[in-house]
Order: sequence, then structure tokens, then C-alpha cells
Amino acid sequence: MHDEHQIPIWFFIGGLLLLYGVLITGAGLFALAVPPPEESRVALYYLHSDIWWGAFMAIVGLFYCTRYYPFRDAR
Amino acid sequence: MPSWFMFAAGNAPLISMGSLDIVIIAIYFVVVLGIGIYLKKYVSTGEDFFMAGRKMTAWIAGLSFISANLSSLETMGWSAMAYQYGMLGAHAYLIGAIPAILFLAIVMMPFYYICKTHSVPGYLKLRYGTSSSALAGISFAILTVLVSGASMFAVAKILHLLLGWNMNVSIWVASLTVAVYVTLGGLISAVFNEVLQYFLIWFGSLLIPILGLIDAGGWNGMLERIRHNVPVIHPSVGNANFTSLWRNLGSFDTNPMGIDWFGMVFGLGLAVSFGYWCTDFLQVQRVIVAKDLRAAQNGTIIGAVLKMLVPIIVTIPGLLGLAVLLNTDGSPLVLVPENDPRANITHHTFNDVLPLLMGKYLGPGLLGLGVTAMIAGFMSGMAGNVSAFATVWTYDVYRTLFNRNASDSHYLKMGRWCSLLGVLMSIGTAYALFYFSNILEFLQVLIFFFIVPLFGVVIVGMLWKKATPTGAFVGFLTAILVSMSMWDYVHTFPEGYRPKPRAVLAPGAVVRVEKTPGGGEAISRVIVEKGTVQTTNIPIHDDGKPAGTGARVTVERETTLPPRVEQQGTSAVFGLLAPDVVLAGSNQPDKFGVEGVPVVLLPGVKVEAVEVEQTFNPAEFNPAHTKYIARSEKAKPMAVNMYSAFWTLVVCVSVLIGVSLFTEPKPESELHNLVMGLTPLPDDGPVPWYKHPHVWATVVGVVLVAINVIFW
Repeated sequence: MHDEHQIPIWFFIGGLLLLYGVLITGAGLFALAVPPPEESRVALYYLHSDIWWGAFMAIVGLFYCTRYYPFRDAR
Repeated sequence: MPSWFMFAAGNAPLISMGSLDIVIIAIYFVVVLGIGIYLKKYVSTGEDFFMAGRKMTAWIAGLSFISANLSSLETMGWSAMAYQYGMLGAHAYLIGAIPAILFLAIVMMPFYYICKTHSVPGYLKLRYGTSSSALAGISFAILTVLVSGASMFAVAKILHLLLGWNMNVSIWVASLTVAVYVTLGGLISAVFNEVLQYFLIWFGSLLIPILGLIDAGGWNGMLERIRHNVPVIHPSVGNANFTSLWRNLGSFDTNPMGIDWFGMVFGLGLAVSFGYWCTDFLQVQRVIVAKDLRAAQNGTIIGAVLKMLVPIIVTIPGLLGLAVLLNTDGSPLVLVPENDPRANITHHTFNDVLPLLMGKYLGPGLLGLGVTAMIAGFMSGMAGNVSAFATVWTYDVYRTLFNRNASDSHYLKMGRWCSLLGVLMSIGTAYALFYFSNILEFLQVLIFFFIVPLFGVVIVGMLWKKATPTGAFVGFLTAILVSMSMWDYVHTFPEGYRPKPRAVLAPGAVVRVEKTPGGGEAISRVIVEKGTVQTTNIPIHDDGKPAGTGARVTVERETTLPPRVEQQGTSAVFGLLAPDVVLAGSNQPDKFGVEGVPVVLLPGVKVEAVEVEQTFNPAEFNPAHTKYIARSEKAKPMAVNMYSAFWTLVVCVSVLIGVSLFTEPKPESELHNLVMGLTPLPDDGPVPWYKHPHVWATVVGVVLVAINVIFW
């Protein structure tokens, strides 16, 4: 599983986390700009956890993507 | 004083997701299928397919080792345990795991690794011969598929209840995805997805304890709320201590599990834990395929560290359920066990605690991530079972008993077909459970009947060269039978078991509900004006004559069902469930459940009365019998399981040693690399101290002790 030419698992993980992080942060920013009605808000809505948690995921994902980028040598 | 409860559950899904959540789930499916298709080109031999080429690093081995165990049933189940048993639930991640994992790393791993076995039954074949190995291989293969199917059924049911998803679609979509990526990529594919799942579970779950603790006012705020709420949520153990690891284990009645420290240490900490972590092949397979012995040992120790972290996303949410889940009037939300008649009708169950918290705190996107983590956990658990089934069946059953000398490509092909077969058999088991769901509980504990004796046989074989093949086979079989007999014994009721008296109003019944003046929403009396009432174990008298079993009567004059019913010498509270009724006067639909209040049946109401008395019930424990197994009539199911495991191990080891003393052991020349004293450790060359397994095992041990002292 660590074949010389095999894409490392960490790159897949980084890519997925980056994608999810961007989507969740985007959803959080949208909710900040266009707040949902009071009755459909989650508890502790005012903390906007989707923005900072999504951003955290994106940063972790970005780290793994750059650290384990598989095509660097080939390029 | 009559007790009452508000409606907490209904037919609507617990969680409603938006389009972004669905997109997040869909992306996950695309990625796992893509990984399976991508990895196919790297799988060309049996070693690649079954053993992932024996190339895994310590980190991947450790992550996969823990991830294989961290399924969605595990996270939801142990959150439920923490809700039910308080902080004692965390023992499964501390004394119930860490000592065993360290023992596997330091003591057992050299034997597994050096003998180059493909599996745990494979070790038995080398150590004892074909008889024990075949028994273990066939039992393990069958049990793996059964448990995989049971998990599939349980998760499909959960997804149906939580999200309203069709169970057939859940079963087939998840299974076919697993079938594709395991059949193509074998163990490598399973491991890739397990590592991926580990990250998803953490990112999908960690926000819940963070936000929950903020909501509860910090750790101390949560503990204070728990102390305040527990008498309402768990009235039968209202005085028990829910917030300690050891302080409440001095006797059976000071903790919610009904266990003492001896049962916790020797039942959970020794028998269950060592059986599961040291000999369940699904777990062990993840680390014996590491690239060298040191990576295998360090990977296992990394697994121990990761395991100690899991209570953050499992135990704390369970405790938060006791603290922050409230009704609209601010009273604690009461969840009930799955076997409670109110479960999923008027009340959510213990298993819903994690999804309830997800729905409470997670908004669009984050909710999809949380659900994806659950689905990922389910699928990777199934993939693990299927790949373990393929390995054990191909190497330990097919190659050993049917075809010893086939080519590697033949075994590879057999492995691929077995993976597909394993998925199909799991689906078959899941569908069987649609019709025989009462055996679900039996299947969940089935694996314990097997792995605890297996541990006894393996560990004695590793440490004692005079253990004989006959002793191993007889000890193994005897312990399995004893384990099953104990299970049967604690669920048997020679005097007859009568379920609690209850009545259910059929849909459309017309009722009038009276409430206590000044008592808020508290119901004091229910009057049924029209419709049908189905009663269980409630004596119905019409015209002064009691109605017998299966009686259908129409009430001719006003009849009152009393709040309590005399039953087997005790006074049992009678409960009424009204899941879909109409309120008299307003004609508004309503639903409610109530206990311990009089119910008046007006003339014209139809009654279908049944009397139920059972001599065996797999969901109920007979206290008169549990006291002989778990040393206390107050023992809860978990305590009974722990003590049963302990006695099983005692029987296995005793019989194995006893029979071995009178039978012929294998000659020492056949035991090299299999038994302590006859297994020289390979020299991996000089290594810096920080890469040495013994150093890290010691550090983890010290941290384990510190955690137990801090939360004593």
C-alpha cells in the first residue's frame, strides 16, 4: 500500500476534508449573510460553529494535500 | 403520585437534512468507490488481497486497528451506555481496552508476527493442529457474516428512524458499495476506507462535546446538571453515582450498572477485553499485516492512544444527554431502553442520544458530515467483516480442508468471490432479521460466546508449551457451550415472566384527557369514549367476569382500569400508550403516553385483552438467576455479560490445562516461533529510544493510570 507510485491515503483524506471544509464554511457564511428563521436555528447558533469548524477542516485538508501531494516528482 | 411523560417521539424522522447534507453524503460514496476502483491495479497476488502486501506503516496500522472497532453502532451504542450507566461507560475505552491492547502489542504480537500467520485460526493450526483451527475458522467465518448482517439491519433501522430512509435502499446501496470496493481492492481497500472513516468520525463528532460543554456551562456545570436530572431520568437508580469511574464500585447498589470492582476488572478488563482485542481476528488482522514487527507493535500502541481519546466523542455526549436534553418546559427529556414498550412510540431511546444531540447542535452541512460519519462507520465495519471472512474462509477453511495445493491466483479469485459471497450472506442475514428481529440481541452477544474461549486457547498455547491439541479443542468447545448455557440460564424464567401491564389505544380512538389542576401538563385521568383498546396482562372485568386470554369484549358499562395491577405478588404500574388518537370535543389529533393513572372505558369501547407469560425471553434477565452469575440480583445486562465472560474464560483455561495434563503435547521441534521460550525475537538493529515499543507502552500505561485517578 506504499507502492512508489501509489497515491498515499493521506492525500485522499486531505482532499475530502478540504472539499467538505469549503462547503461547510460556505454554508456558514451564507447563513451569516441570510440568517435562517429563528425557529429553524440550531442551539448555540450565534457561535456560527459551521464557519470556524469548516475553516479548520479546510486548513487540515489543505495541509495534508500539500504535504502528501503525489504528483510533485512527476511534474 | 401518578407519573407522566410528554411526547418525545413520533413517526416523523428525528433529523431532517437539507440539500447540502445530501451532497456531502453523495461525495463520500463517490470517493470510496473511486478509491476501490483505483486500488484494484495494486492487487495482483493473494498476499496483496488478504494481507495488504504486508506493507503498512505503524500509523496506518494503528488507525485501521481502532477504526475497524469504531463503527457507527459503537459510537451510538456507547453514547447510549454512558446515558444509561454514566461515566462507567468510559471503562470500555480505559481498563476495558488499553491493558489488552498493550498486552497484544508487547506479549502476543511477536508470536503472531514471527509465525507469519494469515489469521488467528491460522495460528491455532500451527500451534495445535487442524481440529481447533477448523472449529475456530468455521465459527469465526459464520459469526462474522451473521454479525455483519445484524449490524446492517440495525443501522438500516437507525437510518430509517433518524432520517426516514427506506430500509431496503439503505441495505442495498451501502452493501453494494462495500461489495465493489472490497472485491476490487481487498484488505488494502478496507484499510484505506477505515483510515478515511476515522477522520470523518472525529470531524463529524467532535463539535458535539465542544458545543454541549459550552451549553452546559463547562465540565462542572454538566456534572451538576446530571446530579439534578438523574433522579428524574433514571428513577430506579436515582441515588446511584453517575459521574465516577471507581468511587461507586464498592458495592452493587451504588452504581447504575449493578456491578462491583471485581466484575469490572476481571470481567471487562480481563475476559471481554483481552478476548476482543487480542484474538478477534477482525482487529488483529489490521496490525499483523504491518511492514515489520516493530511497526506492528508501535501501530498497536498508537491504536491504544487513539482508543483512549474516543470517550471524548462517545462518553461525553452520553453524559451531555443527561444534562442538556430538555423538554420544551425545561424538564429533562427522558429516553428509554429499546425493549421499553414506549420506545419509538412516545419516547426516544437511549440509542437516540447522539442523533438527538446532532440535531440540536449541528446545522446544514455539519449535519450531513455527522450522518456521513455514521454511514462511513457502518460501511467500513462491514468491509472489515467481509475482508476478514474472505481471509479466514479462503486460508483457514478452504485451503486447510478442501484444496491445499492450488495456485496463488486461484486463492485470490476465491478471496474475491468470498468477499462478494460475504456481502450477500450479510444481506440475507439482515433480511432474516426483518422477520426474526427478536434474535438480534442474541446475535450481538454471539461473538462473545466465541472470542473469549478463543483467547483462553490462544494465550495458554502461547505461554505454555505443554498445552495439547486435545486440551485446546476440548477446552474451546466446553467454554463455548458453557458460555451459551449461561446466556440461556439468565434469560430463563421457570416461574414465568409476565411483561409489565400496559394498554395501547388503536389509531382513531376518541379520548378525553383530564389534567391535575395547577399541575401543568400532568395527566390525572384518561377517559376512552370510542375505539379499541389492546391490553396486555390487565384483568378486564365486564359484567363482573374477568376476560381471558385472547378475549375480545365490548364494554357494556363504564369500566375503570386501575393505575396499578397486582402481578406475581407485586404491584405493577400500568402504562397507557396513545400514539394516534383524537381528542373528544376539539377533534384534534393527539398522541401521549401515561403511567400510573386510572383509565376509564365508556360503554361501546372494544377491548382486545391478552395475557402473556413466558418461560424464556432473550431481552429480559431473571434476577433470581443473575445473582449466581453476576453475584447480585441488581446486576444490569452489561454486568451480567462481564461476569459471564469471566466465568467462560475460567472454564476454558481450567479445562484446557486439566485435559493437557493427561494428553500428549506436540514435540518442541514443532513449536518453534509459536510458544514463549521457543521463539527468538528478530533483531531489527539499533533503534532510538523513542521508537521502542516498550517505552511507549509504559507511557500509555502511566497515562491510563492518571486518567483513572483524575476521574476516580
